[in-house]
Amino acid sequence: MKLRQIAVPVIAIVIFLVLWEALVWVMGWPNYKMASPSDLVPAYLRYWNLFLIMGWQTLWRTVIGLLVAIVFGTALGMIMGFSRTMRDALYPLLVGFNAIPKATVVPIIALMFVGLHDFNTVLIAFMISFFPIAVSVSIGLSTLEPEYRDILRSLGASQSTIFWKIALPKTLPEFFGALKVSVTLAFIGTNLMEIVSPHGRGLGALFDSGKTNSDYPLMFAVLIALAFLGIVLYYVVVALEKVFAGWAERAPG
Amino acid sequence: MTDLIQIKGVRHAYQTATGPLPVLDGLELSVPEGGFVAVVGPSGCGKSTLTRLVAGLMKPDQGEVWLHGERVKSPRSTVGMAFQNPVMLEWRTILKNVMLPLEIVPTKLSKAQQEERARYLLELVGLKGFEDKRPSELSGGMRQRASLCRALVHQPEVLILDEPFGALDAFTREDLWQIMHQVKAKEPFTGVLITHDLRESIFLADQVVVLSGRPARTQFTLDVPSDGPRHLDMLYTPEAADMLHTLRHQIEIAQGRTGAEALV
Ligand SMILES: Nc1ncnc2c1ncn2[C@@H]1O[C@H](COP(=O)(O)OP(=O)(O)OP(=O)(O)O)[C@@H](O)[C@H]1O
Ligand SMILES: [Mg+2]
Repeated sequence: MKLRQIAVPVIAIVIFLVLWEALVWVMGWPNYKMASPSDLVPAYLRYWNLFLIMGWQTLWRTVIGLLVAIVFGTALGMIMGFSRTMRDALYPLLVGFNAIPKATVVPIIALMFVGLHDFNTVLIAFMISFFPIAVSVSIGLSTLEPEYRDILRSLGASQSTIFWKIALPKTLPEFFGALKVSVTLAFIGTNLMEIVSPHGRGLGALFDSGKTNSDYPLMFAVLIALAFLGIVLYYVVVALEKVFAGWAERAPG
Repeated sequence: MTDLIQIKGVRHAYQTATGPLPVLDGLELSVPEGGFVAVVGPSGCGKSTLTRLVAGLMKPDQGEVWLHGERVKSPRSTVGMAFQNPVMLEWRTILKNVMLPLEIVPTKLSKAQQEERARYLLELVGLKGFEDKRPSELSGGMRQRASLCRALVHQPEVLILDEPFGALDAFTREDLWQIMHQVKAKEPFTGVLITHDLRESIFLADQVVVLSGRPARTQFTLDVPSDGPRHLDMLYTPEAADMLHTLRHQIEIAQGRTGAEALV
């Protein structure tokens, strides 16, 4: 069981890499058109320390942005979940805000806070990722069946007790569902800012330097590194979900 | 001796999209201390609404609800309630679900005693061995039984049961009727039982109240003569047949029909 769970995805990745290599080889593409996996290995070997430093930059800024999004999104979701008026007032604003393509916001933010690269990056990661969290928490709280509240209310429990003992745990599965979306979004936000900023850092900046130096294997290597980091972050969330909301998982079948 | 539960001239209407829906209209009900009253009535007539009023979960538009000589204005911890829809907290085990009220209500029991009590109640309703299971692993009837334990765990003075045996098969239901008598003998409470099963009402209660169709008022009251412990055989006596007959007739009136349509 355990072995199978690890073996299947690993085999799938290997097959993917082999197909990719074969495609580049069969089509006879030069590596400035499409690098192949075998081109990536030298790129990693040459720049491994850069990958570590830049990867760490990207990672911590994404995580901080995400944490801020969790705190802010949950608070906003609670406000909208408990008050109908606030929900009616804030929803259109939120939807409008979310509809703005963040790629257009990135240059604005970059200009607004020139020089504050870390701050800018975290800000974009946060802005792009709090929406699903806010929406899921508000929906989770506002659709809580009255029977759940009544169990505790009939014993004279306070609103805050009802929140901690019922509303919060009941909302956790929705929350984690949203967090899985948000973690990828935050990651995209971080990278947008890193690529666009003139003196950026992080994997996005490494990608940009690959572009200016026409080092195509490096650009592809960055893409794969980004994919890898994205997978790691995503599965961290999945692991947390198992711990805190594992009860919501139905037995297969 | 004043009655422990008193409902005086209660009227209530729900505000709906199509205007107010009168649900209770002139409801009178009183239950003496230690008494057990069954409430029957047509579907949708306002029985669950009545339980919510007694539990203090809502206030009536007019009239008064009294518990123990005090006007009910908000929920109180001396009430135990099993809801018609027995929701369980899916993230907790059955044992932890049953122990939930003890986390809210002040109790003198130690943690170990609390757990012991919850286990004892679960065993009483035939759920021994399911303490550590999740609610999703239980059948509807088992969840109802667990919800009964949850209503009893903090030794409430007043027990309100809203069709607690509705989803059970006939045999389990009869088992639980007897268990209810055992429980009542061991830990006295004053009870209100909502049911649609007339046999259940006369087997468990000292008094059966028939509500009229919506908006409900008290239409008819039947005292069940009680002499000592009851046995299921009681349901097959001529007296029981008479009572069932009377109640059925009243239900038919409540439903607005007096013809031959039978109530199941
Ligand atoms: N929150 C509510 N808002 C509006 N109408 C309601 C609400 N709760 C109940 N009603 C309506 O009030 C009436 C009485 O409801 P109630 O649940 O008290 O009936 P009941 O006698 O318990 O029915 P049943 O036997 O089916 O359980 C029903 O017609 C129902 O549709
Ligand atoms: Mg009901």
